[in-house]
Amino acid sequence: MTRVVYELNESVRIAFEQIRAHKMRSILTALGVIIGIVAVTLMGMAIAGINTSFESSLAVLGDDILYVQKWPWQPPDDWWDYANRQPIRPELARNLNRIIESTPNSELMIAVPMLARSATVKVGENSVNGISMFGTTGDYGMLLTDDFREGRLFTETESDAARPVCVVGSDVADALYPGRSAIDQMVEVKGHRFRVIGVLARQGDFLGIFSLDDQMIIPLGAFEKYFGGRNSGNAEIQVKIKDKTRLEQAKEELIGDMRRVRGEKPGERDSFSINEQQAFKEQLDPIKKGIALAGLFVTGLALFVGAIGIMNITFVSVKERTKEIGTRKALGARRRSILLQFLVESVSVSLIGGLAGIGLASALAFAIKIAMPALPVESSPALLVIGLLVSAGTGVAAGFAPAWGASRLDPVVALRYE
Amino acid sequence: MISPPAPSAATRITRPKGPLVIAIEDVVKLYQMGAETIHALRGVSLQIHRNEYLAIMGPSGSGKSTLMNMLGCLDTPTSGRYEFTGRNVAAMVDDELAAIRNREIGFVFQTFNLLPRADALRNVELPLVYAGMPAAERRVRAIRALTDVGLGNRIHHKPNELSGGQRQRVAVARALVNHPSIILADEPTGNLDSQTGAEIMALFDELYERGNTIIVVTHEEDIARHARRIVRLHDGLIASDAAA
Repeated sequence: MTRVVYELNESVRIAFEQIRAHKMRSILTALGVIIGIVAVTLMGMAIAGINTSFESSLAVLGDDILYVQKWPWQPPDDWWDYANRQPIRPELARNLNRIIESTPNSELMIAVPMLARSATVKVGENSVNGISMFGTTGDYGMLLTDDFREGRLFTETESDAARPVCVVGSDVADALYPGRSAIDQMVEVKGHRFRVIGVLARQGDFLGIFSLDDQMIIPLGAFEKYFGGRNSGNAEIQVKIKDKTRLEQAKEELIGDMRRVRGEKPGERDSFSINEQQAFKEQLDPIKKGIALAGLFVTGLALFVGAIGIMNITFVSVKERTKEIGTRKALGARRRSILLQFLVESVSVSLIGGLAGIGLASALAFAIKIAMPALPVESSPALLVIGLLVSAGTGVAAGFAPAWGASRLDPVVALRYE
Repeated sequence: MISPPAPSAATRITRPKGPLVIAIEDVVKLYQMGAETIHALRGVSLQIHRNEYLAIMGPSGSGKSTLMNMLGCLDTPTSGRYEFTGRNVAAMVDDELAAIRNREIGFVFQTFNLLPRADALRNVELPLVYAGMPAAERRVRAIRALTDVGLGNRIHHKPNELSGGQRQRVAVARALVNHPSIILADEPTGNLDSQTGAEIMALFDELYERGNTIIVVTHEEDIARHARRIVRLHDGLIASDAAA
C-alpha cells in the first residue's frame, strides 16, 4: 500500500517535470480542456440560472393559489369535451366565497374573479401595445404577491361602482410617464379613460420572453362595462388557500364546492378545471431537461475534442520516452507503476486545464452578470467542483489507452528503442 | 584503444565457490521475424555462483544480448529451465519478473540510461521507490551508494552536468543501491574513452573484491580480462567456458 503512495508521489514529480520541460505543448493541450470546461461550466451555470428564474417566476404566479378555469393547463386529449363545458363566469366567485365562509375549518381563504384580455394603452400620442389587462375586485389585494411602487389598489367600493380607475405595471407607467409619477394621470384604452391610482413594483421579466411589468388592472365592473361581451365568459377564479402544505386537501375542498355551485350529481364529470402552479411546472420540466441535455451534449463535444488532444499528447509522450520506460522496468517498475505514471501526467494536464477553465468560466459568469443582468447565469461552488471532477475524469479517460500501452511494453524492446 | 591494465594472475586470490545464484539448463530462445524463426539460443546451460566475476563474450548475432536479457530477467526462455536463487524464473509473469529485477539485479547499461531531468540522488533512489522504501531511508541509502562510487560531492548534479565517467558511476550506484544478488553490466565502457573506461573497470574490480557478483557482457577482450571467468558464445551455443 505504501509503495503506491511512493510511486504516486514519484509520478506527480515526473508529471510536473514533464509539463515544465514541454511548456508550449502542455499549454496547448490544456487549452483544449480549458475551452471544453469553460463551455460545459457556463452551460451548467446557464441551466442553474434558468432553473432559478423559473422558480422565481413561478413564485410570482403564487404557490398558494388555485385557478378555477374552463381548460386544464396540460393539453387534454379529448378537447371537444372541454370545449363544450359551460364558461366560468365572474359571479361564481361570490357563490364560492359564500360556501367558504359557511364551511367550518375551510382550507380556502378567498375566491377572486379575474377577467383578462390584451390591450393597447394610450396617453396622447404615446401608446403601449400588447399589455395584459385584468378586471378584478378589491379582494385581489389579498392575492397580490408584489408590492406597490406607489399608490394603491382600488377599494371594494370602487370596484363595485365600476369606477374608471386603474393600477399599472412599472413598465407601462415608465413608458407613458417617463421620469415622473403616473399617479392621478389619465390613460386611455379603446377610447375609455382611466385614472391611475397605483403603480406596481418592478418584477423583472421571465427569461426575456415575457414581462410581468406590462399589465394593467381595472375594476371588474369597469372591465365588464367597457370590454365585456364575449370576454366575460373567459373568466377565471383565483382561490387563495390557507396552508400551502395542504394543497391537495384544499384542492379537494374546492372541487366539492365547485360541484355544489354547478349542481353536479355524483358520477357526473367535473365541468371545470382546477389548475395550480405545480402542474405548470411539471409540464415545463421535460422541456427544461431537454434543453439542458442538448446544451450539455453540444458543449460536451468541445470537451471531447480537448480529451482527444490529451490522448494524442500522451501517446507522443509514451513514444518519446520508450527507452525511459524500458529503464524503469529494468529497475523494477511494475505495469501498474508505469500506468500510474502516465495517467498522473494526463490527469495533471487536464486538471490544470480544468482549474483555468473554471476560473475563466467564473470570471465570465461574473462579467455576464454585470453586463447583461437579464441573462440567467448562476455560479455555485458545487458546479465548480463538478467542473474539476469532470476535468480529472477527462484526464483519466483520455490518458488510459496510451498509459495502458506503455505499461504493457516489453522491457527488452523498450530498452533497445532509440 | 589503449587497454586498461588487468590485474596479473599472481595477485589473484582463488576463493571457494559461493552459493548458487543462477542456474540455467538447456535454455532455448526462438524469435519470430516475419516468416523466419531465429534461433537466438539453441540450448545453453550455465551456473553462476555468488561472488563470481564473469564475462560473457561473443560476436554480434551470437546470442550474447539474448542471454543477457535472460539472465537479467527481462525476458523468459522459450524452453529450458532458469532458476534464480532457487526460484523458477521461466514460469514468472511480468510483475514477478519486475520484482526480481528490482531486488536481485543491478543493471549497468552502455548508454547509462539515467533520467535526464532528475539529479544523481533521484536517479539512484529510483529502484528504492519501486521497492516501496520510505523517502528518508531512500535518501540515506542513495547517498551512501553515491559516496561508495566516489560521487558523494555530486549528489545534486543532473546527468548533463556530469562527465561520461561520472554518469556511469551514478548508474553503478543505482545498480548497487538495492543490494542486488548480481550486477549485470552490458558493455559498460562502450560509450567511454579508454581512460574513463579503465576507471569504471577498476570500480567493478573493487566491487568484486568487496564481495559482489558481477556479470559483464562485452565484445572487448581487454574488458573481459578483468573477469575471473569468460563464457564465449557462438551461434546460440556456449563455445567455451573457462577461467580468465
